[in-house]
Amino acid sequence: MSKLLVIAFDATDAATSFGFAHALGLPFDVLQLTGLSVPSGAGTVTLANLGSIPPADGLAKALQPLVAGYSHIASPSSMGSKDVLAYLAGLLDTGMVTDAIGVVSPTEFKRPIYAGAMTATIKVNCDPIIITFRPGNFGKDAASANGNESTTSLNVTSQATILSESSKGSARPDLSQAAIVVSGGRPLKDAATFESVIGGFADALGAAVGATRAAVDAGIAANDLQVGQTGKVVAPNLYIAAGISGSTQHMAGIKDSKLIVAINTDTNAPIFDAADLGLVGDLFTVLPELQRELKQ
Amino acid sequence: MKLLVPIKRVVDPYAKVRPLADGSGVDTTGAKFEINPFDEIAVEEAVRLKEKGIATEIVVVSVGGPQCEDQLRKALAIGADRAILIETDAVLDSPAVAALLSDVALAEAPGLILMGKQATDDDCNQVGQMLAAKLGWPQATFAAKVEITGNSAQVTREIDSGEQVVALPLPAVITTDLRLNEPRYVALPGIIKARSKPLEKRPATSVQSPKTSVSAVELPPTRPPGRRVGSVQELAAAIKERGAI
Ligand SMILES: Cc1cc2nc3c(=O)[nH]c(=O)nc-3n(C[C@H](O)[C@H](O)[C@H](O)COP(=O)(O)OP(=O)(O)OC[C@H]3O[C@@H](n4cnc5c(N)ncnc54)[C@H](O)[C@@H]3O)c2cc1C
Ligand SMILES: Nc1ncnc2c1ncn2[C@@H]1O[C@H](COP(=O)(O)O)[C@@H](O)[C@H]1O
Repeated sequence: MSKLLVIAFDATDAATSFGFAHALGLPFDVLQLTGLSVPSGAGTVTLANLGSIPPADGLAKALQPLVAGYSHIASPSSMGSKDVLAYLAGLLDTGMVTDAIGVVSPTEFKRPIYAGAMTATIKVNCDPIIITFRPGNFGKDAASANGNESTTSLNVTSQATILSESSKGSARPDLSQAAIVVSGGRPLKDAATFESVIGGFADALGAAVGATRAAVDAGIAANDLQVGQTGKVVAPNLYIAAGISGSTQHMAGIKDSKLIVAINTDTNAPIFDAADLGLVGDLFTVLPELQRELKQ
Repeated sequence: MKLLVPIKRVVDPYAKVRPLADGSGVDTTGAKFEINPFDEIAVEEAVRLKEKGIATEIVVVSVGGPQCEDQLRKALAIGADRAILIETDAVLDSPAVAALLSDVALAEAPGLILMGKQATDDDCNQVGQMLAAKLGWPQATFAAKVEITGNSAQVTREIDSGEQVVALPLPAVITTDLRLNEPRYVALPGIIKARSKPLEKRPATSVQSPKTSVSAVELPPTRPPGRRVGSVQELAAAIKERGAI
């Protein structure tokens, strides 16, 4: 029988999976690895009660018996889910679709290739099929009440050991789920300038902060703020790009934004071709003024 | 310690590519090809480990058509010692590539496999993990810093919320992120020297039938053309009008 298992790595994964599960059109269960269950409309929710996500080699092995019998195994796309689910696909000797953005049928999916420059339709010919998907591309369907809830104890033995983890330490909204995102690029000069100009603007509007690879490479912004082909994919109502040229690799992460606003001193910057609203100007004068105007 | 570095030949990531007119695939006519940027970072890291006296031999391997020789030669020019081309004209998916690479890994018995986290053409982010699973080795994906001491690796890896430091017993698979290093510029003497380094070509013995295949390629929906505004006031008004705030 065809059935989907959603593997929820964190507390919000299950709720953001409902749109995908609906598009797939199969009944589904949830395996909640960390955190408590949230209403998701799933059949059975199994809580694994892990304190944190262990290294992929051990976790994927521990997941193997729990995924048996499912035709589809899926999680929202993240570095964490790609790390573990691709290892699981290797153990099961099966195929995988990364970053699904559309469901054509239960064996056919759409996904971006070449940094989002094109969309490929992938035909799947294996069982089970492992998928990571981008929740922003599927409806935010309302969740109904849960069915059954059970718990399982996952015994994970990894060869790799986690020695330390940098804490998030940010009170700002989560980049991948924020309604407003303001991002800065290379012209922000240094970390302090980035924090005061981009961070200050974000805090005034309750927005999340993003950055380009160039800003991350230059040490201006933290790596978990990077948006793009190899960073995070965002889908806010409002994306403000300040001092960003608009490389294909950056655009790959912002295409699903409802309104893209570009502020750039160069009237020929490629970002203006992709932006819904563009203003030629210096971000250091435009952002403070824009903040005042938007707060009115 | 021997290092194995799988590299993929990809279209230059800065080139503009389009779907074929009939939508059956990607039109790469006239495109420039490069080593996948993440794999170039893996080669660079391997060469640095050799310069530090930690690695003794660097073997690069590519699976694909005869043209992959160009990218293998480039890797040799960066500083790899030996190259293997697993030749096939079959259309490969990630499980098939991982299976062929695991055969090479079993034969070469490297202490460490360093490779890109994703190929910039298919953006799959799968082969490294699948290869680690097939070999039963631990992995550290998205590496931003690699330190080898004796028989273990300490890797700082990028995660969704920041960074994580993991310790891995070797052998292991490490996949690279952009921040790991900046590949060196290769000057002419290096390229000439690389011509005499060993490059072995062998046909792929058996290629698995694909579990996933591309049935169509299209352009993504285009956004309606945007609007230039003349002032901050106009911009703020337009943002409010669109209900984005
Ligand atoms: C394999 C690969 C993967 C990559 N992945 C990513 C990715 O995921 N995300 C990503 O972002 N990049 C990625 N990149 C890098 C990408 O190609 C670009 O180099 C990068 O996005 C450029 O960043 P930027 O716009 O900040 O800098 P620049 O291209 O230098 O642009 C800065 C812009 O700021 C403007 N400017 C200057 N001063 C001001 C001012 N005072 N006010 C307003 N505007 C000003 C300039 O006109 C210019 O347009 C990747 C590259 C490769 C090869
Ligand atoms: N045909 C290939 N030959 C050699 N290595 C490959 C090939 N395809 C993928 N790889 C390796 O696998 C990594 C991840 O690729 P992918 O999973 O396709 O995004 C790449 O960075 C390469 O190191």
